[in-house]
Amino acid sequence: MEPRRTSRAVIDPKVRQVGFFTATPPPPPDPIRSSSTSPPPPLINISPSGNSLSPVMIPPPRHPSDSLVLRRPPSSLDSDFYPPPSPTTTASAGDMSDDIIVSPPGKAGGRASLKNPQSAAASVPSGGFVTAGLVKVASSVPATGLTTVSVVNLPPGISAGGAVSVEVQNERPVSSKPLKEKTSKAERRALQEAQRAAKAAAKVEGSKTSIVASSNAKPTKPAKPPSQKNDNVTIVAASEKKGGDRPLEKDRKKDVPHPRMQYDDKSRVEKAKRRSVVKQTEARNRVELFRHLPQYEHGTQLPDLQSKFFELDTVHPAVYKVGLQYLNGDLCGGNARCIAMLQAFQEAIKDYSTPPEKTLTRDLTAKISSYVSFFIECRPLSISMGNAIRFLKNRIAKLPITLTESEAKATIQSDIDLFINEKIIIADKVIVKHAVTKIRDGDVLLTYGSSSAVEMILLHAHELGKQFRVVVVDSRPKLEGKLLLRRLVEKGVNCTYTHINAISYILHEVTRVFLGASSVLSNGTVYSRVGTACVAMVAHAFRVPVLVCCEAYKFHERVQLDSICSNELGDPNVISKVSGREDINYLDGWANSQNLQLPNLIYDATPSDYVSMIITDYGMVPPTSVPVIVREYRREHWM
Amino acid sequence: MWWRSASFVLDNSRNPVNDNVPPKSITISPPPLTDSTAAAAPPLQNPNFNRNMPMSAYYQTRAAHHGVVTSDWLSQAQEAAAATGAVDGQEDRSDGGGGTGGRAFGVIDEFNRWRKQPDLAEAVAAIRALAAVIGNSEANTMMELEIELKKASDSLKSWDTTSISLTAGCDLFMRYVTRTSALEYEDFNSAKSRLIERAEKFGEISCKARRIIAMLSQDFIFDGCTILVHGFSRVVLEVLKTAAQNKKLFRVFCTEGRPDRTGLRLSNELAKLDVPVKLLIDSAVAYTMDEVDMVFVGADGVVESGGIINMMGTYQIALVAHSMNKPVYVAAESYKFARLYPLDQKDMSPALRPIDFGVPIPSKVEVETSARDYTPPQYLTLLFTDLGVLTPSVVSDELIQLYL
Repeated sequence: MEPRRTSRAVIDPKVRQVGFFTATPPPPPDPIRSSSTSPPPPLINISPSGNSLSPVMIPPPRHPSDSLVLRRPPSSLDSDFYPPPSPTTTASAGDMSDDIIVSPPGKAGGRASLKNPQSAAASVPSGGFVTAGLVKVASSVPATGLTTVSVVNLPPGISAGGAVSVEVQNERPVSSKPLKEKTSKAERRALQEAQRAAKAAAKVEGSKTSIVASSNAKPTKPAKPPSQKNDNVTIVAASEKKGGDRPLEKDRKKDVPHPRMQYDDKSRVEKAKRRSVVKQTEARNRVELFRHLPQYEHGTQLPDLQSKFFELDTVHPAVYKVGLQYLNGDLCGGNARCIAMLQAFQEAIKDYSTPPEKTLTRDLTAKISSYVSFFIECRPLSISMGNAIRFLKNRIAKLPITLTESEAKATIQSDIDLFINEKIIIADKVIVKHAVTKIRDGDVLLTYGSSSAVEMILLHAHELGKQFRVVVVDSRPKLEGKLLLRRLVEKGVNCTYTHINAISYILHEVTRVFLGASSVLSNGTVYSRVGTACVAMVAHAFRVPVLVCCEAYKFHERVQLDSICSNELGDPNVISKVSGREDINYLDGWANSQNLQLPNLIYDATPSDYVSMIITDYGMVPPTSVPVIVREYRREHWM
Repeated sequence: MWWRSASFVLDNSRNPVNDNVPPKSITISPPPLTDSTAAAAPPLQNPNFNRNMPMSAYYQTRAAHHGVVTSDWLSQAQEAAAATGAVDGQEDRSDGGGGTGGRAFGVIDEFNRWRKQPDLAEAVAAIRALAAVIGNSEANTMMELEIELKKASDSLKSWDTTSISLTAGCDLFMRYVTRTSALEYEDFNSAKSRLIERAEKFGEISCKARRIIAMLSQDFIFDGCTILVHGFSRVVLEVLKTAAQNKKLFRVFCTEGRPDRTGLRLSNELAKLDVPVKLLIDSAVAYTMDEVDMVFVGADGVVESGGIINMMGTYQIALVAHSMNKPVYVAAESYKFARLYPLDQKDMSPALRPIDFGVPIPSKVEVETSARDYTPPQYLTLLFTDLGVLTPSVVSDELIQLYL
């Protein structure tokens, strides 16, 4: 715990300028100076320790320009344009282009405004609450007030005076940047070279291994002086940093977007997209409250990814396969996804060989990081996966230097095996052993959705000959409970199947509620399939004990109070459409409607008040003891 | 409620046996219910059959140590003890002697010898007995010794399964003693002496626990306060005694503590100390609660959730106190920390105890003979233990660290 505190103290206070934060606006009238003193460069998509989830989350402010992005009329979006960087406020483009900090709108927006000026007007009324006059004001507010917005790519067609200063701010030029910028990039590069020379003595090999993920923006990367990186470090993520392997951390952070990147932070999203493999189309009609989460059009990635199969030389086939399975939903469930990922890594490590002039520890970590970012693109990581990755990277980092490559690979592979075995398979067995003691003859057990741990518990109790009945509660759209129901009924367990709508009715007869969890957070909050909180709350109201079954490797030290700040959004189509019921599918053309938002949340957070007991591989503990488990677990494994 | 539910109706049609389910019983699924109640209920009804009544050994011990009991209950208990206890004792003895083969020494005997001392808690007696096992052991290797110790503690635990503190004390002893680095010693004898040393130390700590708790709790007793106590607990008595010695001015409300009237004994003891005492019947708790400043209870066992298992009536007192925002303090030695996690009242191994109603009970009337209840942690304010003054949630932390 100590290094954490020191590293936090070390951070340059400038960092605080970077986040979501209404800082005092940098002086607009003096663009040149502001660019030379470099207002904190855009946060690179990567946080210092991209592998580790930061314990605290900063809820993003809802600034008006973002809401305008949302309301952008579909006409201004050309589909071939992949990352629409800031298609904001077409109306403001003309007036504000000379103001440096007020970044001009992105390419798409700019172009659209030139082509059809009425599209700007069209966007305004659709916003619902903003008037045309407000738009201009709104666009300028975030630009001056929020440093995050201050760096946006310059549209090609904007006046030169503005362009010069802005492009200096731009850390990473987009591939399609005009030639003119390149000269300035060279200048900056020279400056950076000088800086680097100064640093070079201190860290010789630090920047060497950084070129890993193939990306067109690469050349600027190694040139980046570490001091700048420090500036980019977000406070929270830096706290994860461990004392020993600082240079390593830096390599890492180049490759993996932060697992919980705030998706309404445009600059970061930009960076992430440029290096992404899976081309995602952003959802047109993003849900307002969840703008910080990735929202993509579903169903478009798969064909795209398939078509690129032979171009992806960086992604190992095993990883690729698992990623595809995540993408199309073949693999779901925390344990299954985690095991699949680890096994894919195992495959990849088996086929791995260290390139010349590189060390295995560093290069492999970077490799893993690139795989992880691929996974994230396919589907956001679950917390269990994040923990497993953390474990793996830690193991790689702690490999003795003396090992030969094959030895090292074998060690890591066996470590992965051990993790799967000990932390998942055996842990489940222990959980089952504990949980079965809480099932008495005559019990009526309720479970929600489909949890592998709960299924094992029920089947084991049945094998022991306990007389009990199971109520499987299910919900749209996934209807996962049906699978569980089928497997239980096949084994001869007495079951009742109902939907969550009937929960208050069915709970009269229930004596125990068994729930699975995607993660348990350190304030005892259970992060699980959406609907779990509802079940737990009703059970609490009925004074029925709620038992949550969760392996200790899924615990996380983060604290979360609601389901909003961190979540995953699924395909909105599945909640608007009911398959096989053509008569009630009124929302067919919903995508074009600006007034309709369809948040399809995947997870929710159950407050610890509703949880009577958490059953983990360390035994049965009250939700108040989660921090102890987290602490002990860390101590045991990687701290 | 449940019997009008659709799935219950379905269930019913599936198992036509269970028409005669008494609706007030807690278990819901019919078949086992009929079995258990039918088997257990009828013999319990008749007071004449009382000697067959199951009786928790733990409460027998307590009664022997400090029961203010009615004469007829005592005779019944003695009868019961004569009927079942003798058999048990013989079994135990044979188990203790036969199971260990050549061992010249039985844990149970040793345990019983320690247990005779009225001021010694059962768990401490067990700890002392187990320490003696190490001392008398003829084992030549650590493994052998460990196995022997394990056997001894198992036989102790099975001697009285209803005593939580006995089980917990044995478990804790095993953890504490065997978790030492003794196994790293080259020499067996030095390792063994180290084990004995630790065992003695643990026994001493356990003995001192009551004093430590009494000292810790003094800060919470202020002049002019009114304390409600329930049942007879030696720790609580020690706390009150220390407070009286410290010249604190307070008065105590004692509940009667039916059925074995342990409150009477406590009030006797307190009267000897010149502490103003008022005796209440158990049902007068809510009536007097607004006068009360704090509730002090002991515990048979402290469970992992931070709740306590204690004499029947503690739960309702805690509920009343909670609803009136009065603090509920629990005084419990750390050897009572048990790795149990009851989810509700019925989720424990029952400790039964005969109840004397003074008049014959008709055979059709069922009597609830459970001797203790479970108080969930949200109704407790603080736990005074020899580890310090803890909030209920810390109990599980301590247990996790101990058993991990």
